[in-house]
Amino acid sequence: MSMMTRPTDDATSWEGQVEELRGLVSDRALTGETILLNMGPHHPSTHGVLRVLLELDGEEIVTCLPDVGYLHTGIEKNIESKTYEKGVTLTDRIDYLAPMSNNTAFSMAIEKLAGLEVPERAQVIRVICLELTRLNSHLVWLGTHALDLGAMSVFLYAFREREVILDMFEMLSGQRMMTSYIRPGGLWRDIVPEFLPALENFLSYFPRKVDDYEGLLTNNPIFIDRTQGIGVVEPEDALAWGMSGPCLRGSGVNWDIRKAMPYMGYEQYDFDVPLGEHGDVYDRYMVRMEEMRQSVRIIQQAIKKLEKAPGGFRADNRKFVPPPRAELGRSMEAVIHHFKLWTEGFSLPDEEVYVGIESPRGEIGCYLHGTGGNKPRRVRFKTPSFMHISSLGLVSQGHMIADLVAIIGSVDIVLGDSDR
Amino acid sequence: MQIPAALNPVDALKGKMPEAVIDVKTFRDETTIIVEPARLPEILHYLRDTRGLVYNYLSDISPVDYYPETRYDGQRFAVSYHIYSLLYNRRLRIKIYLFEDDPTVPTATEVYPAANWLEREAYDMMGIVFSGHPDLRRILMPEDWQGHPQRRDYPLGYETPMFSFNVEEIARHKPFAKE
Repeated sequence: MSMMTRPTDDATSWEGQVEELRGLVSDRALTGETILLNMGPHHPSTHGVLRVLLELDGEEIVTCLPDVGYLHTGIEKNIESKTYEKGVTLTDRIDYLAPMSNNTAFSMAIEKLAGLEVPERAQVIRVICLELTRLNSHLVWLGTHALDLGAMSVFLYAFREREVILDMFEMLSGQRMMTSYIRPGGLWRDIVPEFLPALENFLSYFPRKVDDYEGLLTNNPIFIDRTQGIGVVEPEDALAWGMSGPCLRGSGVNWDIRKAMPYMGYEQYDFDVPLGEHGDVYDRYMVRMEEMRQSVRIIQQAIKKLEKAPGGFRADNRKFVPPPRAELGRSMEAVIHHFKLWTEGFSLPDEEVYVGIESPRGEIGCYLHGTGGNKPRRVRFKTPSFMHISSLGLVSQGHMIADLVAIIGSVDIVLGDSDR
Repeated sequence: MQIPAALNPVDALKGKMPEAVIDVKTFRDETTIIVEPARLPEILHYLRDTRGLVYNYLSDISPVDYYPETRYDGQRFAVSYHIYSLLYNRRLRIKIYLFEDDPTVPTATEVYPAANWLEREAYDMMGIVFSGHPDLRRILMPEDWQGHPQRRDYPLGYETPMFSFNVEEIARHKPFAKE
C-alpha cells in the first residue's frame, strides 16, 4: 500500500489514493471532513528526515502516521560483508550523536561471542567515553528541543559546551563525531596525556552550566505551558510500545540497564537514576537534565579509578586484538598476528548473542550471529529511536499540531538511529 | 508487596505446552527456546502473563537468513524474539525456524504492541510474513522496491569508481554520470 501522494495529471487519482489509507486514518478523512497534512521529511522540527502524515481536525491531531526510511543506509547488510573489526566504523553511523554507545554495543557483542575479557583500565575509559557521549547527546537534544519551543539562546549555550566534548573526542580518536574509538577487546589506543586535564577542566565548570540551562527553562512560564501535560505516556503504554531510556523513566518506570544489568563495571559507580512522575514532555526534560548531573558524577568517580585500574587499554589476546606497534620490529609472532588480523580478521563461532546497553536514548541492542568464519551471518541493531517513533502516533493523539513539535523533541529521535 | 518466586521459563513452558517446545539451547548464559511457529502468540502470551515469568518487555525481533545453509528440517529462516522481564531482570530468546517457500508466522502485535514496526521491518528486509499483522507494509525501503535486501542471496550493490580508463563504460550504463 502506498502512503505517498504522487502528482499525476489524472484529476480523479487523489480520491483513489485516499482510499489506500482506509484503516490507517479515520473514516472522516475519506469524506474530507478532516484534513490530511504532510509534515516533513524536510521539516526542521522533525530532527532529520522524519515524515509524518497528519490527519487534522482543525488544529487537533486525529491520526499521526510516522514514516521512516529516508535515511536507510543498509548498515546491517554492509557489516555482513566485512570482517568484525571493520564493522566498528559502520556502527558509528547508526546513532551519529552517540557513536561510542554503538561502538560499545557492537564490541560487547563480539566480546561475548568470542569469550574475550576486557581489562579494567579499558572498561574505565569506556565508561568515561560513554558518559561523555551521553552529555554530548543530551546537549544536542537540549539545544534543539529548546529551539523548537522558541528558546534560541539555549541552543547556542548547549552547543558551546558540546564543542568542548567533541574536542576531547578528537584528542582520543582523531575524530570529532565518527570516533570508532571503542574496538573489540578494548580501545583503539590509550588516552593521550592532554585528555585528563581537559576533562577535569570541563567537569569543573560544566555542572554550573547545567544550572544555567535550567535557569533558562525549568521555571520559564512559556516553557512550562508548552511542556507540562503534553505527550503524556502511561507507564504501561511505555513498556508495551518498547520505549526505553529517559522516555521510559520519564513515565516513572525504573529501568536503567546500567543498574539492572551492569556492564563495563557500572555496578561499582555510585549514581542515581532520575524518574519522572507524569510521563509528559516536562518530565522527560527533567530526567535528562538530572542524567547530565549524574553523568558528571560517574565521570569523576571514573577518573579516580583510572589511576589504580589494572591492565592495558586492550586485551592481551593476540587472536583477537592486534599486538602493540613497537613489537612488530622485533617479534615474528607479532608480525604474523598483525598480518592475520588486518587481512583475514578473526573467526567467531556459529552461535548467537544479544547485548543491550543504555545509550543516551535508551536500550541499543546488538544481536550478533556468527558463521564460524571471519564475517558475521547477521548483525542487527535494536535502536531506541525506531521504537520511539513507532509510538509517536499514540503519544501525539488529541494534541495540537504545535505540541507534536514538542513531543518529537522530547522523545529525542535520531533518524540515523531509526533507519540504520 | 510480595514478589512471587521466579520460575524457570524452560520448565514452565515445557510443563504447560510440551508439544510446542522443539529444542532448548544455552550459550554464554543466554537461553534460547525454539518453539513451533504456529503456537508463537500463545507462547508469548503465556510468558508475559504467568506469575513468576512476567516477560513484559519486547526488546527486539531479529530475523536471520541461513542461506545457503539450512537448519533442523531444512528451514532457511529464523526469527528471534528477545523478551525481557523487568520484575526478574532477565532476558529470554524465543526462536522459530521457517521454511523458504512459506516464511509465515502469526503476528505478536496482540501480545506486544511494540512488535508492530519490528515485524514490518522483518517483512521489509527479510520477507518474513506475519499473518494477522494490522499494517504489514514496507517500512525502510520504498514501497515499490523489489525483493528483500537483508536476505543472504540478495547482492550487495556497489558503485564503480570512475577512472580515465573506464569513463566510457560507466557512461554507457549510467548516462547521467557524464559530468
